[in-house]
Amino acid sequence: MKTIKGIAASDGIAIAPAFRLVEPNLSFEQRTIDDPSQEIDRINAALEASKKELEIIKQKAEKNLGTEEAQVFEAHITILSDPEMIKQITTEIQDKLVNAEQALADVTDSYIQLFQAMDDNEYMKQRASDVADVTKRVMSHLLGVELPDPALIDHEVVIIAHDLTPSDTAQFDTNLVKGIVADLGGRTSHSAIMSRTLEIPAVVGSETATNDIKEDIMVIVDGLTGDVIVDPNDDQISEYRQKQTKYLEEKAEWQKLKTKQTTSADGKHPILAANIGTPKDMDGVLENGAEGIGLYRTEFLYMDSNELPSEDDQFKAYKEVVEKMGDKPVVIRTMDIGGDKKLPYLPLPEEMNPFLGYRAIRISLDKDDIFRTQLRALLRASSFGNLWIMFPMIATLNEFRSAKKIYEEEREKLINSGVKVGDIKLGIMIEIPAAAVLADKFAKEVDFMSIGTNDLIQYSMAADRGNECVSYLYQPYNPSILRLIKRVIDYCHLEGKIACMCGEMAGDQIAVPLLLGMGLDEFSMSATSILRTRSLIKDLDSKKMAELVNKVVNEAETNEQVRQMVIDAVPEIKD
Amino acid sequence: MEKREYKVIAETGIHARPATLLVQTASKFNSDVSLSYQDKSVNLKSIMGVMSLGVGQNAEVTISADGDDEKEAMDAISDTMKQEGLID
Repeated sequence: MKTIKGIAASDGIAIAPAFRLVEPNLSFEQRTIDDPSQEIDRINAALEASKKELEIIKQKAEKNLGTEEAQVFEAHITILSDPEMIKQITTEIQDKLVNAEQALADVTDSYIQLFQAMDDNEYMKQRASDVADVTKRVMSHLLGVELPDPALIDHEVVIIAHDLTPSDTAQFDTNLVKGIVADLGGRTSHSAIMSRTLEIPAVVGSETATNDIKEDIMVIVDGLTGDVIVDPNDDQISEYRQKQTKYLEEKAEWQKLKTKQTTSADGKHPILAANIGTPKDMDGVLENGAEGIGLYRTEFLYMDSNELPSEDDQFKAYKEVVEKMGDKPVVIRTMDIGGDKKLPYLPLPEEMNPFLGYRAIRISLDKDDIFRTQLRALLRASSFGNLWIMFPMIATLNEFRSAKKIYEEEREKLINSGVKVGDIKLGIMIEIPAAAVLADKFAKEVDFMSIGTNDLIQYSMAADRGNECVSYLYQPYNPSILRLIKRVIDYCHLEGKIACMCGEMAGDQIAVPLLLGMGLDEFSMSATSILRTRSLIKDLDSKKMAELVNKVVNEAETNEQVRQMVIDAVPEIKD
Repeated sequence: MEKREYKVIAETGIHARPATLLVQTASKFNSDVSLSYQDKSVNLKSIMGVMSLGVGQNAEVTISADGDDEKEAMDAISDTMKQEGLID
């Protein structure tokens, strides 16, 4: 028995055997051989076995994710069938009398280097990693070791990984993946956000999990506290089964609020909305009683594709979401590519500081053909529901004005060609401190503002949110951040505009009382946090919270102090 | 021997999905099929070969087929290129 401490990333308790999503040792020794035909048979057998495996994975992926997503495996199979490559490997074995492993590594390495050297081309670098990927699979067959395949999981498991990539999580069968433990990451890392979207209990930043946890060992994941218990005894298992039951009961209690309007103790009705990445997330949105979509991250449309998504593909996705929400507001953010989100088919220059570089609206205004396609799709979808458009990473008024001008040109064109366009609200994301400071001016021109707290905190504190060494600077309750947020909300209201928030903070139990006191109109969060937040707001008086906000903003000096002031003032918060 | 020249119009050139489909189409025929771009020529049945050419937008390429089903191969490849939006 051993307890590992990590960061609680997604609520809930999981109890299941470990499935290590960790690459096995694929090292080998170069050998001189006497019988080339034997080595050629070995490589052919390994290629065939790999192809068979990929066929199965492809079929699974088609079933779970759709044909589009499964295409990468089709490409992998084509690589393994490449007659030129196979000929080179065979020749290498015959001429140099080396073992199959060495010949495979030599030939594939030369391709990987060739692709990587095709300069400034992100797309070819991706292809290099495809070749590396399939090589690993063939190598595992040559060496007789097993490569973990999340798509092939057939019983309930807890995933143990160093870090999780989007393509890993995309392959999970959520009926079987009960919990997640990752060495790396924080509350806002990809693995944490995905596990909340998929509603899988998760602990991240565990640092040593992949060292400490062996395959098939029983693991308890406590996504509420961040504890991971390895090889628990019977008492612990029954203790956690109880905790799991209690959590599920509490969740059931929250379920009763699903169809109720959010109401504070003094009768205020802020909107509790959900953040989504794809139309696939809509089930969770509806199950958790969201009163709107506060952030639809459209970049997944771009990232999950091999080419720029067409106007029609985008239109279909946007239409599906607004239709499902009926008359409830749906805030769709235009493409936020750049930073840590890259597109294989749209090469961007390498940057020293990608988060401070060429991303989001900066790309959209520069490559306005891509932007116009997206705006047309949004305009066309707008007549099917209550659609709002939000521009990300706005720093200056002129950026907003340029984006609005392009929007209006496309709107005009569509209306002239007879397309029905709805009544769209146009707003900006507040994530750059400069825009927050200038909120009074922005408020005169936009219909709404939505505060993106993850980036606003990262930029205000000058601290990379992915860097664990500076994670102590992720301070959502720091009075400096609260003052910025209050300023944005106050100026929105002064001009009669709508103030929203779509960062992690909007569902944070310490922040919610303060945001209610500031009069925030819309709270947008992971769908799974909505009912818990609705339950908390039900017991809060917005006028009392406004008094608390005044006290906090004027008197508090540190993040910790604010936290304590809120806990003291709001006994309902379960810490 | 069949030989045709094309101008690639797709913004991203011959990449991922079209490249895979092109190779799969070529592989259905007995004929030797090759793709030439600038001064290099590769086997169109080899995905690695096709990718290593790095054919971008506006590239002028030549495809040739040699064998008993060269005509059918050429037609099928042309169709695939059209369907995938690689050529007009």
